[in-house]
Parts: sequence; structure tokens; C-alpha cells
Amino acid sequence: MPADYTTTPVIEARSLTKYFGHVVALDRCDFEVYAGEILAIIGDNGAGKSTLIKALCGALQPDSGQIFLEGKPVHFRSPMDARNAGIETVYQNLAVSPALNITENLFLGREVLRPGFLGRVLRMIDRKTMRTQSEEFMKSLKFRIQDMNVSVESLSGGQRQGVAVARSAAFARKVIIMDEPTAALGVKESRMVLDLIREIRDRGLPVILISHNMPHVFELADRVHIQRLGRRLAIIDPKQYSMSDAVALMTGAKTLANAEQV
Amino acid sequence: MTTHTLEKSESSEAIPTRSSRLSLLLTPPFGPLLFLFIICVIFTVLPLLRGQEQRFLTVQNFALIFQQTAVVGVLAIGQTLIILTAGIDLSNGLVMALTSVITAGLAVHGFGPRGEALYVDPIVAMLIGLGVASLAGFINGLLVTRLKLPPFIVTLGTLNIAFALTRMYTTTTINGLPQPLLALGSAITVFGARVPLYALVMLVLFFVVWFILRETRIGRHIYAVGDNREAAALVGIPVNRVLLLVYTSAGFLYGIAALLLLARQENGDPQAGQTSNLESITAVVLGGTSLFGGRGHVMGTLIGALVVSVIRNGLTQQGANPIIQTFITGILVIAAVAVDQLSQRSR
Repeated sequence: MPADYTTTPVIEARSLTKYFGHVVALDRCDFEVYAGEILAIIGDNGAGKSTLIKALCGALQPDSGQIFLEGKPVHFRSPMDARNAGIETVYQNLAVSPALNITENLFLGREVLRPGFLGRVLRMIDRKTMRTQSEEFMKSLKFRIQDMNVSVESLSGGQRQGVAVARSAAFARKVIIMDEPTAALGVKESRMVLDLIREIRDRGLPVILISHNMPHVFELADRVHIQRLGRRLAIIDPKQYSMSDAVALMTGAKTLANAEQV
Repeated sequence: MTTHTLEKSESSEAIPTRSSRLSLLLTPPFGPLLFLFIICVIFTVLPLLRGQEQRFLTVQNFALIFQQTAVVGVLAIGQTLIILTAGIDLSNGLVMALTSVITAGLAVHGFGPRGEALYVDPIVAMLIGLGVASLAGFINGLLVTRLKLPPFIVTLGTLNIAFALTRMYTTTTINGLPQPLLALGSAITVFGARVPLYALVMLVLFFVVWFILRETRIGRHIYAVGDNREAAALVGIPVNRVLLLVYTSAGFLYGIAALLLLARQENGDPQAGQTSNLESITAVVLGGTSLFGGRGHVMGTLIGALVVSVIRNGLTQQGANPIIQTFITGILVIAAVAVDQLSQRSR
């Protein structure tokens, strides 16, 4: 289902500003992401990409500006706040617990407890339910793993990242933010994660993708947000622009001709 | 997670190799259990070969082994919890010593400089002892979580403090313990062997902690915190609260160990526990729990503690110089850590 850009954005930010001392990391930056799209954010180092993302996922608080979740203003004081609001973040490579198995990783921090006394009083976890749910979920994402009981360290790098992505997808209700999800992966490995991201988008969950990898960005993204000098320079349609155009725009080598001016 | 990720992934998609089957045999819980079995066989066969009477493979002897394992075993449960979070506790033996003299002192002399001041019920003395031990663990936990100090240094500090406090409290052995403190020393008969209650207390505690680690949410969080602390924090596990709980529970377990010690020795000994920290670490390591945290089983620790006791017991029966047991334990510890280290590198 293609994204409908006439609806209310799932996340919208207006005029976010953030100073670090005298340095302006975000300078009245706007942002929006719609249901059913993959929005890539590209930008040179220091353009404010990660500051923008941290503001959206609650890791830092903007000095001014406003964030709206489905049209309603929100204030995230911590990543936990954002997560409780349905925003999940996938980090580069810190996200999994290698000695724990796939099911345990998927449910880490959100374990399902046994019904009744065993769960309420003894806080016993419900292994069986968690295993069935994670098997079904992985199958629905077309993510092939034979045995949910193997420890994550025995998986390949791509599969590991896949587990991290799947975990976020399982619990995200509004949006998933992915920070360089393929940065540490080889070609074949990346492919698996890219397919997974597309699968998540097709289920209707918007994905915000931060990446330096232009081929990945141009392959996946429905729209590309170009960040430059703390502001949104433009939003481009990757089908109408070349990668070199995008790079020229984000480095300032080229100015906007007919990109969607913002 | 850099460039070698790709090569590694390709090899990991292959079928289990010989080395992975070998490591399965060496890794817990099979490795330590197999090892315990082998040394038991050796000490059973040796008297047969030498034409001696079989004294090793008897119910009485195994009851004795459990009895000798009880105190260090309970200390090692607390040590396991802490090592699973990638920490270490050097203070446990002296926290136990401090707790045992305070409990004994209160029960025998009461409050006050020379005692006579205020009578303390022995049960209350035991509860105060457990409180002191838990507080010591709680302080270790606070220093580790709030000041972010390495557990090794924190517990080295509290080791010295507990030692000094013990000596300030008493330099002489406290005798004449009242009955409630000795109750755990009474024995029940199992298959014709007399097993003191404190040995059973140890077994029960191992099962309780095994259950908690395996089946409950907090148990899984302890593993997660030790395995990858940042990942645990990112998924919203309250890392500091888990650590604080682990150190405090470990302290509580050292308090129980102190009560077992009182029942076993029938006095409050300010000299006790001075090498228990290393003995408990030995049991944990021989049980296959990784010093890097996040991997291991508390039942492995029971096996590790039994391995040390069995070696001591068997060599004594063979009339060997007792110091040989210490020598062998040293070699085993190095071997166990080497296996851990190697399997860590292969990851």
C-alpha cells in the first residue's frame, strides 16, 4: 500500500532547535514521516541527523520546537517515553544479547509472564507462549530461522541485526527508527536486512532510515530527507534524482533546482 | 563487528564442526559434571587397585562431602549471581566472618560493651546478622552502580573494612552459642547416613536460585545485564536496579552462610572466611560460569564446589599430602578459565 501524503503524518516535527554550547545542531528543523513509507534521512557529518533522531526517540530534548505524534503534541523525556508511545529504535550494533537465544532477545525486557499465580506472584516467564509468538512473528516477516532456541551469537551478523530489527518491529506501534542498520554488514547480509525493512513497511509501519549507504537509500526509500547545516534542505523523490545529485545537495556542491522546496 | 563479520557469518552457516562438538562437551553443564564423575570414578577405583577398603563410595562419605561443601557452597551461590553480571566479589568470606561474630556476640553477650547491658534473643541476633550481611551487599551494590567503580576494587575495599570491623568487634572466639544458633547443625538420617540440616539448606538454596535464574523475569534480566549491559539498558531493563538487587541478595546469602558456619563450628570465629572469597570464585569458575558475565549456571557452581571437596576428600583418604589438593585446585582453576577464555575468543 503506497503512503498517503494527504493524511496526518505519524510523526511531525516543527522548528526543532538544539544548541550544544554555541554550536547549533538543529536550526529550526522540520520533519515528517507518513504511514506506510520508508523515509531516509541523509546528510553530511555534522548536519544534525543524529541530533534530529535523538530528539525524535527521546534520547535528548530539543531547546525549542514541537513534536507531534499523529497530530498530538508530545514531550519525550527519555527513550522509554518514546518507546511507550510506540516509537522503537534499532541501534547500529549494541542491540542484541549474544548469549541469549532468539526468543529471549525478541522479548528482552518485555517477557510474557505465566498466567495466574505463577506469573503474578512468582514472576515466572512463559517460555512456550514466547516461543510460539516469536516463531509466528519471524515467519510473518519471511525471516527464516530454523531454531528459535539457538543463541544469537551463533547467528551471522545479518541474522543478528535481523533479530534486532524484528524485535523493534514486533513492539513498535507507530514508527521504527533505524540508525545505520546495515553499516556493519556485508553485501549478502545487508540484503537480508533490507528485505526485512521493506517487509515491515509493507505491513504499514513507517520506517525512518538513517544511512550513509546511497545505494541502499535509493533502493529502499520512498522519500529522502536531506539534512544540511541543522535544517531540512529538501525532500526528494529518489526516482527523480540520481545519487550524485543527492550527494551534491547534501554537501552543498549543488543548490536546489526543482526539488520540492521546503 | 567490523570487516570480518562477513567471513565469520559464512563459517557459522556451516554444519557444526568438530571443535564445536568438543566445546559442547567442555561447556557447562556437561563439562563440569563429566569431570566430577571422572574424579569420583578415580577415587572409587584407586582403593580397589591398592587393595584398600572402599571408603570413598559410601553414603556416609558423600554426606561428609556435602557437609564440607555447605558453607563455601552458599557463598558461591552469591558469587555466581555477581559473576553472572560480569562482576566479582572479594568481600564475601569476610562479610560472612563479620556477620557470624556479630550474630554470635549478640546471642551470647547481648548489646553493650561487655555484654551484660541488654539481652538479645538468639533469633533476633540471627535476623540482625542477616541484616548486616544484606547491608554489606547493598553497600557493594551502591558503590558499583552509583559511583560506577569496578566491582573488584569496591569489594577489595569492603573486604578490608569487614575484616577490620570483625577484629574491632572481637579478637577472640565466641563460645557457648545458645541452642537456636546450633539448630541447623542437628542431623537427619538419609539412607543410613547422618546429614546435618545446614547441608540440606545449601541444596535448597541452590535449587531456589536455579529456579529464579531460569524461570523468572528477574533471572533472565540478570543474564542480560551480564551479557550485554548496553543492550539491556536499551531495551529498558533497569540495569542499576538489577545490579543492586544482585549484590544485596548475595549479601543476604553470605548472611545465611554465616549462620551455617556458626551451626557447623559451634562458635563465632573472627579468623573465619579469610580464603573463602577465592574458594567461592574457584567453585564458580570450575562450574563453568564465565568471568565475562552472562553465561553459566548456578548448578555448575554446586558441581564446582563439590569437585574441590571430592578432590580434598579423596586425596585425604589416599593419605596424600593435603597441600597437593590446593596444588591440583590451582591447576583446575587455570584450566577452567582457559577454556572460558578460548571459547570467548572463538565467538
